[in-house]
Amino acid sequence: MSTVYNLKREVEKPVRLTGGHRLCAGCGAGVVVAGVLRALHKEDRAVVVNATSCLQVSTFMYPYTAYVDSYIHSAFENSAATCAGVEAAYNALQRRGKVEGNVKFITFAGDGGTYDIGFQSLSGAMERGHDMVYVCYDNEAYMNTGIQRSSSTPRFARTTTSPVGSVQPGKKQNKKDLTEILVAHHIPYVAQTAPLGNFRDLHIKSYNAIYTKGPCFLNVLAPCPRGWDYPMARLAEIIQLAVDTCVWPLYEVEEGVWRLTYIPKKKLPVEDFLRPQGRFRHMFQKGNEWMIEEAQRYVDEKWERLLERTGA
Amino acid sequence: MSHRLSGNEAIAYAMKQIDPDVMGAFPITPSTEIPEYFAQYVANGEVNTEYVAVESEHSSMSVCIAAQAAGARAVCATSSCGLALMYELLYVAASCRLPISLVCVNRALSGPININHDYSDSMGGRDSGWIQIYAENNQEAYDNFIMAMPIGEHPNVRLPVMTCMDGFITSHAVENIELLETDVVRRFIGEYNPEHYLLKRENPLAVGPYDLSPYYMEHKVMQAEAMKAAKVRILEVAAKFEKISGRCYGLFEEYRMEDAELALVLMGSTAGTAKAAVDKLREDGVKAGLVKTRVFRPFPGQELARALAGTRAVAVMDKSEGFSANGGPLFAETRSALYDLKERPYLIDIVYGLGGRDVKVEDIEKVFGRLADIAVTGEIGPLYTHMGQRSKGGDR
Ligand SMILES: Cc1ncc(C[n+]2csc(CCOP(=O)(O)OP(=O)(O)O)c2C)c(N)n1
Ligand code: SF4
Ligand SMILES: [Mg+2]
Repeated sequence: MSTVYNLKREVEKPVRLTGGHRLCAGCGAGVVVAGVLRALHKEDRAVVVNATSCLQVSTFMYPYTAYVDSYIHSAFENSAATCAGVEAAYNALQRRGKVEGNVKFITFAGDGGTYDIGFQSLSGAMERGHDMVYVCYDNEAYMNTGIQRSSSTPRFARTTTSPVGSVQPGKKQNKKDLTEILVAHHIPYVAQTAPLGNFRDLHIKSYNAIYTKGPCFLNVLAPCPRGWDYPMARLAEIIQLAVDTCVWPLYEVEEGVWRLTYIPKKKLPVEDFLRPQGRFRHMFQKGNEWMIEEAQRYVDEKWERLLERTGA
Repeated sequence: MSHRLSGNEAIAYAMKQIDPDVMGAFPITPSTEIPEYFAQYVANGEVNTEYVAVESEHSSMSVCIAAQAAGARAVCATSSCGLALMYELLYVAASCRLPISLVCVNRALSGPININHDYSDSMGGRDSGWIQIYAENNQEAYDNFIMAMPIGEHPNVRLPVMTCMDGFITSHAVENIELLETDVVRRFIGEYNPEHYLLKRENPLAVGPYDLSPYYMEHKVMQAEAMKAAKVRILEVAAKFEKISGRCYGLFEEYRMEDAELALVLMGSTAGTAKAAVDKLREDGVKAGLVKTRVFRPFPGQELARALAGTRAVAVMDKSEGFSANGGPLFAETRSALYDLKERPYLIDIVYGLGGRDVKVEDIEKVFGRLADIAVTGEIGPLYTHMGQRSKGGDR
């Protein structure tokens, strides 16, 4: 499965996520959703599924939907099962000759709706093999309810439920590696990506996920200027730093074969990614050097392992 | 066609006759057999249904919601903890106005975990916006399920329907049953052609918005109106059903109520036991009668008041606690319905049968005995009591 990427051609396609939604300016989520949907062939229809989240409350506030395609939101924890239900209906109705044309099924859920409360629903849908794409837009906390920690929140990050105090250095646990857990489901396609640079990586992986038969999973970094506490204009730069520090490596696993899709020209120190973000501010206080050291060690170990796996 | 089937077999067979588009399947006693029987129909290629063997009842209801929204007919069956796990989504299904058909094989709720019959599961969903219809026996379970889609799918209604039957007592006991021919069932149900659905090519649809206060209340009022319309529709469908089956259904069943002075209000299989008790008492000259609640949502308050208007003393028998400290849910509804009567009967509540505790004809006769005393003395005694449990002294 592959596509030739041409940014100019892609941006000339009619948009499927229209403007006027209520996501914050500079929100990564909208960029991710627009980018994924852009990978659809123009003539194909889609049903978009959404878990309760910032994205949901901002893009379908009654009576306005920002989606050109059909869309369903049911609850916070069941977006994968919801997508599965639409796909099942499609199969049954198609056998009866009641629907025509290609329809693709794409779910968007936040990290809370994916790593945490929707995890079981996701695992079940992937195991059953529905022909669907599940996209986690990962902003590393429950943003819609005001920045609470999730199992995706990285260690040391400050959130309202993992505050920094005299005896607590922000979040105590490391980020759950959900992408690897999805790889362990042995589904046809799993990828980790981000809306980086000219969106080439995001586009190609979205295309692969949408046009590979069976359940496919994308984990997409989607920075949140409010939750991460950085000026909203710095979105592109923050994403670039996340991949260049190897905090968020870009890779894909197609039919069990691991492939790194981006190797930084120069691997930057983790603190370059941490420094611009208020959620890590305390790590730069005197006496907290150990935090940065630990964060660096963690990233290095994971990166080494990924290099081994991908044979890069 | 006359057959001998258990309640679960009868429901599975009705599902096969209907051939729904999607089934969400997950096991829980005593409803497990329904998805099991149906799985065999799927394996034999006898149905077109997409059989989605999910990882939880939560996903089973989620699949049904999505499938129905997509334009398909969706069914599932569950009990007890399974229904409780669906709780949030029951509201989603009803508020999205999706006529899903769910079979609730009633079973007590944990804890302690218990697999036998009472109504604590479906009573927990009584405010969720689902139509609820209760069966006394296998025949009624089969008939009610076949009426569910024509009721729920009507444009004035568009609400999900819960067909309830008593766990084990009805679900597992094999009884004589009259089945309809499949082509008769198919014609009765008709095609499902909703006006709006996700997979409609000409007009994409968005389902499940974030609703702010300028709209939410309007949406809830529309839902409330739909529930009122359901009452009319239930009777229309029952009339049509009588034509194809010869079996007649109302909002509730009145048994020997014409001149009854002492009456019971209850639901489900206990009605069979209660009818035997009524017959026995009638032989002794006691003017006993029974109202068997069939449709619990929408609740037929005015009709029930009319049915009870001539009585002197009434006992509501609740097979779920409710923990209101003021009587069970059927009692609350009945008592409220009677308020507008000029002359009200004396009314008491008896909570019985929890977790499958048996109730016998003699137990029902004792209740009538108490009603007779109340009618004479005008003293109701305690308003709400439990029946059938061991006393503190312990003699049972
Ligand atoms: C069952 C349930 N629990 C909690 C909530 C409240 N809630 C709504 S969105 C949300 C957080 C969403 O976090 P995430 O999935 O990461 O998406 P984000 O808003 O961060 O984009 C929470 C906790 C809910 N709607 N439903
Ligand atoms: S709070 Fe964050 S995730 Fe939510 S809309 Fe704003 S920027 Fe986006
Ligand atoms: Mg989040």
